[in-house]
Amino acid sequence: MSAEIHQFDQIVRNAGCAFEPSWIDEIRINRSAVERRIASHSARRSVKKQWQAAWLLKAVSLIDLTTLSGDDTPGRVRRLCAKARHPVRDDILEALEVADIGLTTGAVCVYHEMVPVAVEALRGSNIPVAAVSTGFPAGLSPLKTRIAEIRESVSAGAREIDIVISRRHVLTSNWQALYDEMRAFREACGEAHVKAILATGQLGSLTKVAKASMVCMMAGADFIKTSTGMESVNATLPVSLIMMRLIREYHERTGFKVGFKPAGGVSSAKLALTYLMLVKEELGNEWLDPCLFRFGASSLLGDIERQLEHQATGRYSAANRHPQG
Amino acid sequence: MSVAEIFASMEYGPAPEDASKVEAWLKANNSGFGHFIAGKWSRGKAFFDSLNPANGEVLAKISSGSAADVNAATSAANTAFADWSAQPCHQRAKVLYALARLIQKNSRFIAVLESLDNGKPIRETRDADIPLAARHFYYHAGWAQVLDREFADHKPLGVVGQIIPWNFPFLMLAWKIAPALAAGNCVVLKPAEYTSLSALYFAELCEEAGVPAGVVNIVTGKGDTGALIVKHPDIAKIAFTGSTPVGRLLRQQTAGTGKELTLELGGKSPFIVFEDADLDSAVEGLVDGIWFNQGEVCCAGSRLLVEEGVAERLIAKIKTRLNKFRLGDPLDKAIDMGAVADPVQMKRIDELVQQGIDEGAICWQPDVKMPENGCFYPPTLLSEVEPSNIVAREEIFGPVLAVTSFRNLADAVSLANNTRFGLACSIWSENINRALEVAAEVKAGIVWVNGANMFDAACGFGGYRESGFGREGGAEGMYAYLAPKHDWKTNGSVAVEPAAKISNRGAVSAIDRTPKMFIGGKQSRPDGGNTIPVADMNGQLIGRVGDGNRKDIRNAVEAAYKASGPYARRTSYNRSQIMYFMAENLSGRADEFIHLLRQSTGASKAAAAREVDLSISRIFSYAAWADKFDGQVHSPPMRNVTLAVNEPLGVMAVVCPDEMPLLSMISLFAPVMAMGNTQVLIPSERYPLLGTDFYSLLETSDVPDGVVNIVTGDREALALVLAEHDQVDGIWYIGSARGSKSIQEASIGNLKQTWVNNGKSRDWSSSKTGEGRQFLRKCTQVKNIWLPYGD
Repeated sequence: MSAEIHQFDQIVRNAGCAFEPSWIDEIRINRSAVERRIASHSARRSVKKQWQAAWLLKAVSLIDLTTLSGDDTPGRVRRLCAKARHPVRDDILEALEVADIGLTTGAVCVYHEMVPVAVEALRGSNIPVAAVSTGFPAGLSPLKTRIAEIRESVSAGAREIDIVISRRHVLTSNWQALYDEMRAFREACGEAHVKAILATGQLGSLTKVAKASMVCMMAGADFIKTSTGMESVNATLPVSLIMMRLIREYHERTGFKVGFKPAGGVSSAKLALTYLMLVKEELGNEWLDPCLFRFGASSLLGDIERQLEHQATGRYSAANRHPQG
Repeated sequence: MSVAEIFASMEYGPAPEDASKVEAWLKANNSGFGHFIAGKWSRGKAFFDSLNPANGEVLAKISSGSAADVNAATSAANTAFADWSAQPCHQRAKVLYALARLIQKNSRFIAVLESLDNGKPIRETRDADIPLAARHFYYHAGWAQVLDREFADHKPLGVVGQIIPWNFPFLMLAWKIAPALAAGNCVVLKPAEYTSLSALYFAELCEEAGVPAGVVNIVTGKGDTGALIVKHPDIAKIAFTGSTPVGRLLRQQTAGTGKELTLELGGKSPFIVFEDADLDSAVEGLVDGIWFNQGEVCCAGSRLLVEEGVAERLIAKIKTRLNKFRLGDPLDKAIDMGAVADPVQMKRIDELVQQGIDEGAICWQPDVKMPENGCFYPPTLLSEVEPSNIVAREEIFGPVLAVTSFRNLADAVSLANNTRFGLACSIWSENINRALEVAAEVKAGIVWVNGANMFDAACGFGGYRESGFGREGGAEGMYAYLAPKHDWKTNGSVAVEPAAKISNRGAVSAIDRTPKMFIGGKQSRPDGGNTIPVADMNGQLIGRVGDGNRKDIRNAVEAAYKASGPYARRTSYNRSQIMYFMAENLSGRADEFIHLLRQSTGASKAAAAREVDLSISRIFSYAAWADKFDGQVHSPPMRNVTLAVNEPLGVMAVVCPDEMPLLSMISLFAPVMAMGNTQVLIPSERYPLLGTDFYSLLETSDVPDGVVNIVTGDREALALVLAEHDQVDGIWYIGSARGSKSIQEASIGNLKQTWVNNGKSRDWSSSKTGEGRQFLRKCTQVKNIWLPYGD
């Protein structure tokens, strides 16, 4: 089953489309109403008992287990990859009668220099390695360098590339420039899937987030992703709702399904469930799949593990009982 | 279901709320609940069952309130009133604060009880009904504390009878009891028969909060118990929330009794979506609007008006959204809609939907799992609804949305206002100019811009037209529970004797005078072609005035209606300028009016001169107030401003008394005009020449055509035609007690606002009683415009 989870070919890849300015101009976002929807959503849905356990396991399968630190070493990355292969203790999975679902995380996400180590550590697991790229996190290195960086990571074995967009194009509403840049990144990725990081915390308004989402999808992004994790505000539910709605809109217009990745700030099991329920409500069950949804997170797994152990034993758990990643 | 199966299907499971504490309470009371009277529980002689609409099970036995129970409750409230109203403000504030705290401390219990009794989702009672109720008590604890300073010159009314509906049982109790107590009144409250339980639990909280015995009395029962409260002579005011037909009945039953009345009735509120709206958010607005509380909300956005260009897209989005709806056990934390409150209501919804389909609507309901038992009705979308369709006109009080498209802003406003009701309106557009223009044009007491069903104690709630009158919440809501200290005199009706016999012998000393009536800015002859003689104080004929009939009234109202919109849109500065000019012209013709007053009423020269002087001063007062009776900006606890705007009622009828005929007429006409109303004025029947001379003053003062229309004749008969006229939005009648009663009884057609004196008199010459904000409040209505903001 784990082998199947990571096959992208079950969905038709977003080919993008010609730049359509009217699709940008028509966008209207009302922030207060969006925030009310989020407040209401968080209270409208709840999962308990075995439903909660199953949903938490799903959340684990959707995590891009991430380390993006200046002090990353091969040893640290190998440890993370081991955790990705084996995210939850066997006895817990057995107690929940899910030992045979082949649970792994969605991917492992690292800087370019760590790609070969991760590819090696994950060999045989079919867990993809994602590389952050294009001058992550600011994206202000020369375009030529940024494109070259993508190619390097792809040839090093990265199957997913998380690019950062030029925020200045969004802030100045230079949508054509954003489109062209995204197109170039997508082309450089080749067969590798591309996630477009919008750095929503730096875009200034939900309307800009919506417009940037639409432009990146038109230019062929496989995923749109909220944040690098390095901005002062990372993934939020209102921003996520807007991006999901734009994904739905793009799907209605073109028939292509684009994935969504909230990153940074999703660190509790409860919040992860709220996200998954929002995906189910706004996009549908089809998106509750690693092909179309990921959490960019480093500490989320730890909280989920404790909740799962509670589900399995009825006792509240402790952090030190779960193997470190 | 196994974890692995759920992992594959990613479905939701049950998420039940624990009801054991409430069940234990119901069990402890399984011998039947009594009434709460004078701080004690008294069992009724007869009982009826309260059912759980989600499964039909009996929850409790409720006492049927008899005449003896209502008498006992009213007398207890009356006894308590003397002491309660004399308490220091801080004392009442402490009691209200304690109630707020107790509601918070028991919030989950009340939420569960309410959900069981009413069928609404626990999510809503937990997150909306109960927190809003607690907020209402906190907010009014504040008014109680500062009452003597913020409402100086006002006093409580006495015993207030309150009758509340089943759709928000606990919240409506809070909306009724909190302001009444804050203002120093005592209450007799009757909850709706389907949903008495949370009110009975509230009575227990009153005991704990130290509410003095008799201040709050809860009598349970059906409609007949309510009727006993309405008719009780010792009750000073009736506050009612419920259906428009019952509201009419209450207006009729309280007519001429001097009982104050506020009505919060039905609605058919428009939900307007422009093509520049955030459509996805508008869909959620509908979820909050018409699919909140199973659509059993008086202010539900039940008429979707959508701009043609985006109609198809919006409808598709609504369908997608409704396909995700979850209906089921109201105590499940993850459902969107619970059960309709009663099988009777369920049947009514179904019948109206069927009729709507028969009249051409296209019905769509989502393919969602429906519970097998209980009163569950699916969310329903009726599209291609023409304005003539019953589902566009009648309140359904269920989860049913009627969709009509429009072409442009003017079309949207016209469709929005094409209804007998005027409770709420929701406007969706990202263009603030557009949204605020519609907000100003729409006839509704509550307007939400890019939102729906937002409520808060700080903001007034209540309707225009047949949605009722009076406000709940905000400062405007407090006035509904207070009376001015300087008002009608409690006794001493002044009736001027008509001239017994008119003699025309030797009267002709000047050129014969036959003034006409004044309609639409033109002098016009009476439709019937008859005149009536007017005598001076000695019975000598001094002229003739037109004998107006119902057709003259029809023409005058028509003219007033035509002038109404443009006049209301004039700036208040402009209105004040016109009025100053009138004062100037009256001053210039003072001698003429002094002469007429002396000749007509026999007043001394000094008295007549004083009356003219006071009249000039009075016009000055309202010219001053024209641009100073400002609204307020309320501050609900969210990122939002709520503009509480004082709007004119529209077309008004003003029926003037005989006493101090010039001054009383000016005192009534001027506030009505200053606030932007147009009017049909019936001058004193005994001294009509003051009214007819007055129109030449209007003609020379740039008063726009139709703003003031003057009809002379049989005062009582003309007043009755005006009271019955459905285009008249408000009527002031100063006359006899009998006339006051007939006017109020006749006002039920369109439930126009009435202000009558019940035969009592008023000192027109005093600036305390002859003018002031009370007059302004009586010819305006507050529109609360909610403007959430944030980019």
